Amino acid sequence: MAETTFDLEALVALIPRLRRYARALAGDRARADDLVQDTLERAVIKRALWRSGTDLRAWVFTIMHNVFINQTRKAARDALPVDPAILAEIDTADGASAETYAQLNSIEISLAQLSDEQREVLLLVALEGMSYDEVAHTLGIPIGTVMSRLSRARARLAALLEGEAPAARTLKIVK
Amino acid sequence: MEFNDTDIHRLIDGQLAPEAQKAVSAWVEADPARRRQAAAWRRQRELLRARFDPLLVDALPPRLLMAAKIGRAANDGRMRRVAGVTTLAAACLAAGWFGHALVSSRAPVDILATLPARAAVAHRVYLPEVRHFAEVAAHEEHLIRWLSRRLATKVSAPTLIEHGFRLVGGRLLPGEDRPMAQFLYQNDAGKRLTLYVVALAAPNATRETAFRFEQRGEVGVFVWSEDGRGYALSGSLTREEMMPVARAVYDALNLAAKEPAKGPVIEPAKSPAVEPPKVPAADPRKSG
Repeated sequence: MAETTFDLEALVALIPRLRRYARALAGDRARADDLVQDTLERAVIKRALWRSGTDLRAWVFTIMHNVFINQTRKAARDALPVDPAILAEIDTADGASAETYAQLNSIEISLAQLSDEQREVLLLVALEGMSYDEVAHTLGIPIGTVMSRLSRARARLAALLEGEAPAARTLKIVK
Repeated sequence: MEFNDTDIHRLIDGQLAPEAQKAVSAWVEADPARRRQAAAWRRQRELLRARFDPLLVDALPPRLLMAAKIGRAANDGRMRRVAGVTTLAAACLAAGWFGHALVSSRAPVDILATLPARAAVAHRVYLPEVRHFAEVAAHEEHLIRWLSRRLATKVSAPTLIEHGFRLVGGRLLPGEDRPMAQFLYQNDAGKRLTLYVVALAAPNATRETAFRFEQRGEVGVFVWSEDGRGYALSGSLTREEMMPVARAVYDALNLAAKEPAKGPVIEPAKSPAVEPPKVPAADPRKSG
């Protein structure tokens, strides 16, 4: 059995984190779970390639990164990956609550406006709590690139969040 | 010492050794622009956690558990998005593989089962906030109206002044399938409580669960459900400290549900039980 060299329990224990990351990365629930499923299936298929004692989390997140890149290349994405239900709710709410609700969801809307590379780095650092070295290892990029993407992601997010209230209300991207 | 922006990133991402952390912190504190920068980036982290951390305690769809166990071989395209617990997933569950992970059935996410975990997460996220502890302040007229509207059920914030806690305000938390309301209380010692309210869908809407307590790390959570709403009161207090407050909340909400909401509820609980009350099977106070 492969179980002695591939820790299936540890893989299952990663599922909630994979779902959290995928949800923030892909922007909608169904697409996120598809991403996680593809990742898990690949991880099981490739389990012989994982070296016991090495960082399983980084290994699995690398797989998810690769699956995401491939999916992105295949899919023609012209719309921002924001759950249309959220935008619909903002549109129908009254003035005061629309603004407040928009604040709560603006992080998600703003996140969707980052480039994929910026979003991946920001999420691995801020959500998953990876060290910059781990992020570099997971994404296969130099640490300097990690820092510049992180920096740009945060600067962009800050700009979007600051001027976000009007922008959130005028977003018409609903698919 | 010469530091730069990269060090600010390192600081807020916890990437610095304790000595360096002290030095960079001091450097940041010494300049208003750097302070603002650090605060903005910290705030982003908190918003991300608040928005996405609740997913960590959601029930896992069977198709993902299957994928982890058997990969693609047996889990072909037909398994995608199929709800329902399969024999295999059930067997894995029986083998104790999933620990605290919850397996979902065809019914929606069991809100009540995950309520303590969600409430504790929400409590921890907003606990250290200074400016943004509440999104909408208590005195703002539309707080209750807004939250009741978003949850599509009547919500109220019980008064806890007798226990030293005043209502600071509230916020709406977007959940995976429905929003939740959070009320924030604080006492003069700076101790904070959060009351988490969620509207329950069938079949949970008619369930009434007894008052129960769960310790989640350093956060204690009292949970119960009644009248189609799930409640969780969270605090970094001991069970003994929280008990009287939790009972007061329970009693106040119990009364509020039965009386027309016209001003503050001032009548004390009718049955001064020593133990937290279990909801009786046939409550004579309930209207038909």
